[in-house]
Amino acid sequence: QKLSVEMLDHLERLALVDFRDSEGVERLQKAIQFADQLHEVNTDGVEPMDSVLEDRCLYLREDDVTEGNCAKELLENARETVEEYFVAPPGNIPLEKLEGRKTYLQGS
Amino acid sequence: QVSAALKEGRVTPTELCQRCLALIKSTKFLNAYITVTEETALKLAEESEERYKRGQPLGILDGIPIAVKDNFNTAGIETTCASKMLRGYISPYNATVVQKILDQGAVLLGKTNLDEFAMGSGSTDGVFGPVRNPWSYSKQYKEKSVPKSHSEDKESDWVITGGSSGGSAAAVSSFTCFAALGSDTGGSTRNPAAHCGVVGLKPTYGLISRHGLIPLVNSMDVPGILTRCVDDAAVLLGSLAGHDPKDSTTIQDDFKPFELPNLTDVSKLSIGIPKEYNAPGLSSEVLALWSKAADLFKNAGAKVVEVSLPHTRYSIVCYHVLCTAEVASNMARFDGLEYGHRSDVKDSTESMYAATRREGFNDVVRGRILSGNYFLLKQNYEKYFVKAQKVRRLIANDFMKVFRSGVDILLTPTTLSDAAPYTEFIQEDNRTRSAQDDILTQAANMAGLPAINVPTALSERGLPVGLQFIGRSFQEKQLLTVAKWFEKQVQFPVIQLEEVKRHDNGVFQHQKSASFS
Repeated sequence: QKLSVEMLDHLERLALVDFRDSEGVERLQKAIQFADQLHEVNTDGVEPMDSVLEDRCLYLREDDVTEGNCAKELLENARETVEEYFVAPPGNIPLEKLEGRKTYLQGS
Repeated sequence: QVSAALKEGRVTPTELCQRCLALIKSTKFLNAYITVTEETALKLAEESEERYKRGQPLGILDGIPIAVKDNFNTAGIETTCASKMLRGYISPYNATVVQKILDQGAVLLGKTNLDEFAMGSGSTDGVFGPVRNPWSYSKQYKEKSVPKSHSEDKESDWVITGGSSGGSAAAVSSFTCFAALGSDTGGSTRNPAAHCGVVGLKPTYGLISRHGLIPLVNSMDVPGILTRCVDDAAVLLGSLAGHDPKDSTTIQDDFKPFELPNLTDVSKLSIGIPKEYNAPGLSSEVLALWSKAADLFKNAGAKVVEVSLPHTRYSIVCYHVLCTAEVASNMARFDGLEYGHRSDVKDSTESMYAATRREGFNDVVRGRILSGNYFLLKQNYEKYFVKAQKVRRLIANDFMKVFRSGVDILLTPTTLSDAAPYTEFIQEDNRTRSAQDDILTQAANMAGLPAINVPTALSERGLPVGLQFIGRSFQEKQLLTVAKWFEKQVQFPVIQLEEVKRHDNGVFQHQKSASFS
């Protein structure tokens, strides 16, 4: 099945990365085709495995503050900061619809 | 051996460090290092020298030059993951494994090259360019190369290192360091180890802390160890293993560092040969070496049995789905806001994120993120992601069944063939190559089992071929003991690098061909 433009657009929005060109889209198609081989395996009655350490107890420590106070170091790596804040462009503005975006998908 | 030399004063840490740094400079064409921390290394070497003078070295690793793959955080040193996204990112902290080797006095030489974000099996897709296999320049390879006409570019037939820890493998193989840290998610430590003729150990998942290792697949990543001999790997393992409160996926059991016994009697050993590992595409040379190795064990008295891991061929498909899904999640942290590359787009947060990620990631990474998001869509979740998790359990169970039936160690090839020439390798895209090359190494990551590549012999082209041993969870001592026995039997040849001869010096020559333990 060929993937619809709506689906590709949806993925671009979710992932916030772009397909860039037809190769990108083809890459996904091939990936899905490759993954479809999974359906050949009979997994009736099999529980999904999240971790190979599932038989062990997770390590939990006391809820005490043991480190921190490193705001200065953390801010150093950011490009735009103001005092102890990371500065972001205005939020609550969804990514433009397909028509408005500069994306390969527009052409398809 | 080097460690003993340091202790006896036959060579000083600063001399050692300087030699390594000089060697790094002269082997720059290998492109194994992204960052060489010359000043830091010399400073650490000086401090180590002081300790030796006082007769108080911190341990075997004191003064030993070690390289670290560039996806481990190193305080004050740029950590890029070979990606534009993290260029200029100076880590504010040391990864636990880095801290541990520094605490032992090791001399950090620099950060090695890799595939971007450790995605790939050739170390060819990083933003700093591909890594060249030192064996391309070895006498052994050159002798076997078909003589080319003068007009052809002599440079064009260099071979890849394998990936994604290619830089680390090349660094160890070309003697610029005595050990290197890599990471292993689908074979990323063992694959380049096989191609570069070095020992590559993937420890059991949960044994070594991942704190500070920039994650790819949280449920499969492990730090990997690359050294020139099995004993060295054991020493490094001893320094790195153990519970870390900062990584809740490390087990809480006490870990006791061990020295490897010199096994002489293998009659009590049961070696399993999984028939499905005779995978399509396996070269006849590797197959022959694998058989020879099995015979070696048999003739020495060990019990060698054929076993079956029926779901092996689905391991790579399963990995493909689980990996892309986790990648989609793990890469979401790169938005330009707190660190790394940030786009100039200012209209909205989302558009800034999108632009940053468009600019910062290469095709491979973006491709995996998009695939991962596809598999995680509500309508696909059960069909792909959960299904893959179920298949994962089947794969892990396959191994459990085999180990429960009395087999101690599995013997398999590590790669399908010897290293390919770069020009040939890049003919296929990253995903195809990864799917082909990870096929033999991947399942161990699925099941979280320890595995090690031991260089076995040279191929007809004069390039290294390695074989893989897979052991039971947390039974690294048994695994490494068998590997060490095997290593002794095969006597893998030392690489003869022409450039290296220029730095010849009595003492150093002896160390170059040797280990540090």
